[in-house]
Amino acid sequence: MKSRKPSVPYIIWMLVFTLIPIVMIGFTAFTDKQGNFTLENFSKAFFYTDVFMKSLWIALLSTAVCLLLAYPLAYMITRMKESTQNTVIMLFMIPMWMNFLLRIYAWVTLLQDNGPIDMALSILGIHGTYIGNTFAVTLGMVYEYLPFMVLPIYTVMSKIDNGLIEAAQDLGSNSFNVFRKVIAPLSVPGIISGITMVFVPSASTFLVAQYLGGTDDIMIGDIIDKIFWTDQNTGSAISLILMIFIFVFLILMNFFGDEEAIA
Amino acid sequence: MKKIISAILTAILACSGAVCFAGCGNSYDGEVNVYNWGEYISLGEDDLPNVIDEFEKETNIKVNYTTYETNEELYNMLKNSNVSYDVIIPSEYMISKLIEEDMLLELNFDNIPNYDNLMERFKKLECDPESKYTVCYSWGITGLVYDKTKVTEKPTSWEALWNKELEGQMLMFNNSRDAYAIAMQLCGINPSNCTKEDVDKASEKLAEQKPLLKKYVMDQVFTEMENSQSAIAPYYAGDIVTMMDNNEDLDYARIESGANLFYDAMCIPSCSKNKENAEKFINFMHKPEIAAANFEYLYYATPNKAAYDEYLDEDAKNNTFIFPEDEYLDKCYVFTNVSDEVYSYMQEQFVKIQAD
Repeated sequence: MKSRKPSVPYIIWMLVFTLIPIVMIGFTAFTDKQGNFTLENFSKAFFYTDVFMKSLWIALLSTAVCLLLAYPLAYMITRMKESTQNTVIMLFMIPMWMNFLLRIYAWVTLLQDNGPIDMALSILGIHGTYIGNTFAVTLGMVYEYLPFMVLPIYTVMSKIDNGLIEAAQDLGSNSFNVFRKVIAPLSVPGIISGITMVFVPSASTFLVAQYLGGTDDIMIGDIIDKIFWTDQNTGSAISLILMIFIFVFLILMNFFGDEEAIA
Repeated sequence: MKKIISAILTAILACSGAVCFAGCGNSYDGEVNVYNWGEYISLGEDDLPNVIDEFEKETNIKVNYTTYETNEELYNMLKNSNVSYDVIIPSEYMISKLIEEDMLLELNFDNIPNYDNLMERFKKLECDPESKYTVCYSWGITGLVYDKTKVTEKPTSWEALWNKELEGQMLMFNNSRDAYAIAMQLCGINPSNCTKEDVDKASEKLAEQKPLLKKYVMDQVFTEMENSQSAIAPYYAGDIVTMMDNNEDLDYARIESGANLFYDAMCIPSCSKNKENAEKFINFMHKPEIAAANFEYLYYATPNKAAYDEYLDEDAKNNTFIFPEDEYLDKCYVFTNVSDEVYSYMQEQFVKIQAD
């Protein structure tokens, strides 16, 4: 048996930054301001079911759009020359070097009335409002999280053994079948981690809707933020429910992933 | 080899430690930990003096300056963490709460001779009736900013924010206290003394307004109004004047029946370890030229009469939006007496309106 000593720092890390905070959130969620046990926070949390569902919906939508955009892209990148691949991946990474809020501000400027997009479309005779709605929020989220979808899928795809592809070709598969029978199944782990990395943060995100959405586009992350001002108990209860939802989602994803791999 | 490297590293560390020790130890006579609102003091932008540097130069006391974004953040820091601050600048309602919870120290006014520079009205604050804990830092009223190209008639009442013709172009405070105050005024309730029933009445008024609004905003109001994205918004007078400097289509409108009179005051929290230095800092902030510099940076009215008389230009002095006349201030209300319970309820209802 190998020594466990090297893992000690990580265990402490998890204890201090993961387990203890979760226990504290749990404790706050089940107590009132005086520290007595109560379930009232959860009944209060139910008021926000609609916002909750809408947030999950926006998160799912953004994840789906990200996947639709990222998958073909990642595939195309793996078909390029090695040096070009690095350049393209780099170009996708560069926006992430900038602060998250700055990027959202940039979208506000792009989408606002008489902004560049509005101006360009007006010349073509199309008039409309592009900010302050669910569309703008989804757009902002897709932009924000697309690299998190592209990178894992690309990494998994580029690891696929070329020999497998050649074998499939030798055995008479056309390029569609090579994709369907070899590349697609082998890229599933990348898709799974991509979906997880996009869905989880986008379900709990805040501020994006505040900047790009209208009065009806408030997300659960914003609600938690606001409630925490005066009522940390209900805020913790909502956070806990959100965590449970995400946990269930992750389990489902894992389940789905395993099955695919077996098939 | 490894040993040599680690020996060298240790030596370097020891040396740099010694250098720092020598450097840090000798240059200052003590320190003061100031915890202030973000962007709430003149730090040398726009050719104005950096008041913290000036203070350090004059007194040789090191200022550790940190900032917060909301009164609640300040409260949580004082209540739940072990940090020590010497000067804080909370708003009136938070001061009431801090006094009630015994979290402020009484000031020794012998160390704050510049207190005499203050206007009489701001020497006696509603939140500190005996004037033991506070020295007012700045004040102002709420009002409306509107775009003259979109709103043709100068509004005189908050009712302008319920105008159906401007649907989708109006902004509202994203802060329960200010939003409810507006709704309560329209319902004929005095916001400074409200009950839960009053909150419910105001909630209805706010729910009625929501579909007409473009957004609930705080800091975003600047870009919204300065870039002509919205027609009208309520905000704080000093900030409205700043917006008007950046977009000439904007104008301000005072609410005829009176509005919220708010102020922030310097206090020393009970966790302070450098009380005398804190008093020196508070005193320094009320040197007329320093108070004037802070005013020019902020555009929030200064309570410092000496600064007002000697250093302010006529335009600012005569602007009745920044410095309203006493008759107007008498019509305004101040937040002090709202209990924690009512305030929590208000916050909860406000979140519910937004979530609905």
